Amino acid sequence: MKIINFDHFAATKMRPEVREAMEPFFMQEYGNPQSIHTLADEPREALNKARLQAAELLNAAANEVIFTGSGSESNNLAIKGTAFARMDKGKHIIVSKIEHFSVLNAVKALAKLGFEVSEIPVDKYGSVDPMDVKNALRKDTILVSITHASNEIGTIQDIKEISKIVHENSGAYMHTDANTSCGFISTDVKELGIDMLSAAPHRFYGPKGTGLFYLKKGIRIMPLIDGGIQEFGRRAGTENVPAVAGAGVACELAKKELKDRTAHLLPIQKDIVSGVLGSLDEVYLNGHPEKRLPNNLNFVVKYIEGESMLMWLNNNGIMVASGSACTSKILKSSHVLSAIGVDPALAQGSLLISLGEDNSLEDAAYFVKELPGVVNKLREMSPLYEEVKKKNKV
Amino acid sequence: MPVYSEKVMEHFQNPRNVGEIENADGIGELGNPTCGDIMKIYIKVKDDKIDDIKFKTFGCGAAIATSSMVTELVKGKTLKEAERVSNEVVAEALDGLPPVKMHCSNLAADALHLAVEDYKARKAGKGPIGRVETPEHDENEHDLLEHA
Repeated sequence: MKIINFDHFAATKMRPEVREAMEPFFMQEYGNPQSIHTLADEPREALNKARLQAAELLNAAANEVIFTGSGSESNNLAIKGTAFARMDKGKHIIVSKIEHFSVLNAVKALAKLGFEVSEIPVDKYGSVDPMDVKNALRKDTILVSITHASNEIGTIQDIKEISKIVHENSGAYMHTDANTSCGFISTDVKELGIDMLSAAPHRFYGPKGTGLFYLKKGIRIMPLIDGGIQEFGRRAGTENVPAVAGAGVACELAKKELKDRTAHLLPIQKDIVSGVLGSLDEVYLNGHPEKRLPNNLNFVVKYIEGESMLMWLNNNGIMVASGSACTSKILKSSHVLSAIGVDPALAQGSLLISLGEDNSLEDAAYFVKELPGVVNKLREMSPLYEEVKKKNKV
Repeated sequence: MPVYSEKVMEHFQNPRNVGEIENADGIGELGNPTCGDIMKIYIKVKDDKIDDIKFKTFGCGAAIATSSMVTELVKGKTLKEAERVSNEVVAEALDGLPPVKMHCSNLAADALHLAVEDYKARKAGKGPIGRVETPEHDENEHDLLEHA
């Protein structure tokens, strides 16, 4: 059976070029980049090259790029790093209600230490109103962190405008979590006007185990890992040279292919939307109708539960995700769906699709053909659907 | 290793006794749509035995498989025997469930007991009981280390 990966936010297959770039640093060029002797020469060169490749993708300087261990670590570094460095200036932090857990749980941890957090609400499309950010700014606000694009509903925020407002009206730093958007839409840090940005190369055909962090020159943060002078003293620990080398190539490919990626993904996305909405009743699409990523879709299928839908699709070779409580492992349905006003009971029927370069129009057609059978099978079994059918008869 | 056992998958894909019983003698409906699980079990009782049993479930793979398994375990059994079937017995019959599913989706035996209770209440002129809401989960209850 053909396997269709519609869950690229969980994992993308590395590009062969990425793997090739990593290969020498496992067995031949295994040296520590910080050594003075010859064994360090190639690894050091690899780090420098990857930093340049990442800098070019972000339109930053090479010494503004820090390699971390993951997108989550980059978010933690931005938030806790700023909080610890600037607590003499203030203890107020602003985030949105639909941030990734690596942002929300980081500020939750800081709140336990005495920091104050404002969570900005979003509208039904998941958009942050820049004026809400303006109104939440205080004299003691030290950081605003708003995601560039939602990892659940794909809505893209007006980071440029928000950043402008933050800088014009406060001394706060502006960070954006671009772990979902980077590699698929432009993440030009100068254009966005931000101070910090997080990105995750494994989301765009790079390796797992490394994250990108952009730190604008002059922005002061405290490292989370103290030790040696690696990563300009902002992130100690021997560098993961193979992963960083691979991440660099993934960045170079992203810069080169950004437009082509969108051109490839949009028709697939469009076919899935029209196919799903056209073939099923009581199904709707979440997120912004236009301002959204080309590689994400989020549906709510009423009266059934996401995990069982996911398992049936899996049986048919289609890999998807869901924001239902049962799929979450903490037994709570998606905070993002709740923030855009989806009833918690309906959020159980969440179906999350994330596309990538290995997907095709044929995949979209196959999915659209298979989904109604799965949904109907589960609805026939659902006491909620039974109630609705009876009500409609009366 | 797959998340679910082969037995769970087999019941999930071929659930036994799905449906409703018109004029059921007892109905046990249990769950909370916010948590993602609602189970509804219908029984027909004859000579103190479960003559027929059907279910409808809104929920995850484990919820559907446990519902199916519990109907199979008690069909034709006496009410007393049915009352002795616990959630743990159902999970065991499925070769186990992932730890996180043990509390949340393993409600089928409870729904069955409620159906028996409903049958008795109706007979005593005190039924039907209707849907019973289970409490929402407290995420702080779950220490991931304990599931390791």
